[in-house]
Amino acid sequence: MSGEVQAGAVLGGLAEEQQLDGGPRRAGGRRGARPRRIGLGDWLLPAYAVIALVFLLIPIVYTFVFSFNDSIKSNISWRGFTFDKWLNVCNVEGGAVCEAFGNSIVIGLVSTLIATTLGTMIAIAIVRYRFRARSAISLLLFLPMATPEVVLGAGLAAQFLAVGVPKDMLTIILAHTMFCISFVVVTVKARVASLDPALEEAGRDLYGSPSQVFWRVTFPLLTPGILAAALLSFALSFDDFIITNFNSGSVSTFPKYVYISASRGIPAEANVIASAVFLFAIVLVIAAQVSRAARAKRLAKLG
Amino acid sequence: MAVREFAERGADLQLVGIQKRFPGFTAIESLDLTIPAGSFFALLGPSGCGKTTTLRLVAGLEEPTEGRILIGGADVTATKAHQRPVNTVFQSYALFPHMTVIENVAFGLRRRRIGDATSRAHEALKLVELDHLAQRRPQQLSGGQQQRVALARAIVNRPALLLLDEPLGALDLKLRRQMQLELKGIQEEVGLTFLHVTHDQEEAMTMADTVAVMNRGAIEQMGAPAELYDLPRTAFVANFLGQSNLLTGEVVGTTPTSIAIDAGGHRVVVPVDRAQVHRGRITVGVRPEKVSLHREAPAEASDRNVLGPGRVIDVSFSGVSTQYLVEVAGIGTLLVFAQNIGIGPVAALGDEVWIGWSVEHGFGLADLAPDEGRFAADDSTSSLAVQAREELVAELGES
Repeated sequence: MSGEVQAGAVLGGLAEEQQLDGGPRRAGGRRGARPRRIGLGDWLLPAYAVIALVFLLIPIVYTFVFSFNDSIKSNISWRGFTFDKWLNVCNVEGGAVCEAFGNSIVIGLVSTLIATTLGTMIAIAIVRYRFRARSAISLLLFLPMATPEVVLGAGLAAQFLAVGVPKDMLTIILAHTMFCISFVVVTVKARVASLDPALEEAGRDLYGSPSQVFWRVTFPLLTPGILAAALLSFALSFDDFIITNFNSGSVSTFPKYVYISASRGIPAEANVIASAVFLFAIVLVIAAQVSRAARAKRLAKLG
Repeated sequence: MAVREFAERGADLQLVGIQKRFPGFTAIESLDLTIPAGSFFALLGPSGCGKTTTLRLVAGLEEPTEGRILIGGADVTATKAHQRPVNTVFQSYALFPHMTVIENVAFGLRRRRIGDATSRAHEALKLVELDHLAQRRPQQLSGGQQQRVALARAIVNRPALLLLDEPLGALDLKLRRQMQLELKGIQEEVGLTFLHVTHDQEEAMTMADTVAVMNRGAIEQMGAPAELYDLPRTAFVANFLGQSNLLTGEVVGTTPTSIAIDAGGHRVVVPVDRAQVHRGRITVGVRPEKVSLHREAPAEASDRNVLGPGRVIDVSFSGVSTQYLVEVAGIGTLLVFAQNIGIGPVAALGDEVWIGWSVEHGFGLADLAPDEGRFAADDSTSSLAVQAREELVAELGES
């Protein structure tokens, strides 16, 4: 269960990295060479840091290790090492784990796409244009973030019921799009606000039509923010259980599957998928870091 | 529809009855201006005087509330920025940070689908001597280099009219001098019409063929730099373009060639043809470097004005010259610039001196010098807005 939560956090972290890309690096302070006294801080801080990290990593390590457990039904006690679960992920319970995982991916991608597109448009409108109720709208956009998920989920479910919409993938996508938009707007808004309007004016001045200016100047400059927003909303959507549970009907998503099977024993295949997602996210982060370091090096060589 | 052809040479610019109002204040009251083709024209004024707004109106980045804009005789008032044969060098340069230098320079050509964009862009970069940095990103260049890229990005399009929005403001003094010369050189080389907006009077005077001094949304005076400096028409021009000693008084005598005023008990004479107003209460002035200091009362002469005795209240040495502030009873303080030709100072702090200048150096203004200090800070954008707002509130209160 904690696997995808961690993956979400990692993806979120990557998003922040992306957003801060290009910002100035803070120079590390250097310790003076004065005689040192062994103080409380010298061991307390490292000890605290180590404990915190261990605490954070235990569930992940547990999930990872138990994905290799040769379990039969419940995956609680260690019964021996095997690769079977990794090799036959989709063969258990008629592929229910994989189906749920696939649903989560589809829902995540579609709602991310819609939320990012709409959210980016809203963010640009709020920063760049003056219109009636502008500040009210930007305040209202914060509401889904501040409202408890249970309230949002139950409220939406009641609305769908009242209108008579059958609950399926579509309702989940609608629900996810709704709460992801807020996060996209907040993330992209910061980027738009830091964008010098003179750049777009220069684009217009240099014979760029409005659409050319958007696609060749505005959009490329907003890309880091938009990418960060997209990663964040995918992580949020992939990770969401509460709102999904209220609005999914019979459709299963990965968090829902894990939650439901927890009562009768989570199969090791769930651990496999959680671990795989975690590893994928780690690879993504490392790749981003390495490519950025390489780029910085190349620029330094040029400069 | 983009402008597909290069301009053969610079075009003239005409502004007819331009007015621009923003919510809360009027940036430009009423502006009529003609800039001949191929000239280097400077709009000079303090911040908030409407000069940048004028530039943005010409570029198409703002729409005038009233009036028409004609470039090369064609009315472009209703066209958008990307349809005008005009390019701007922005104050912040506004180079695209996600593109290399060469991509930046070729941007305008690509949008107009002009063939051979890359080689033309390289040529423009050669003109500003930056071709070796074509593959860099703008962030990797110094301020001066960025400024030159911005210039190359604008002139590569051969616009009929090039607008410069205080492009040298962010550079240090030495670099600015160098860039001023380069800009002037490029303008002569490519023969475009340059409209340069600046608050730096020295920059305007060294670079431009014609300078228009703008204040509070209107042009106060326009002409060649030497002409403007020699014969300012208003108190604002007299003090914004260089410094002036201004004296106000009633006209007490008129001859066919000169008029005399009584300034605090002193008789000051100016030539008739250098005075804008010939009767009533007028303000006359003289440039501080035209004034000389005397240790003893000089002999009366019909072609010289003499004031004194006064007391030196401040001496500041600035290398080439020394500035003296002299307090004369009944008039106030006067500024004197003395060239450091001899050895040692002409006068010391507290000395009793007389000051004099040749009558032909004086000038008479069309308006009166403001009573308050020389540097009344009432011309910034924000205070203008506040002022306009107060007027509006007062107007509303009356009705």
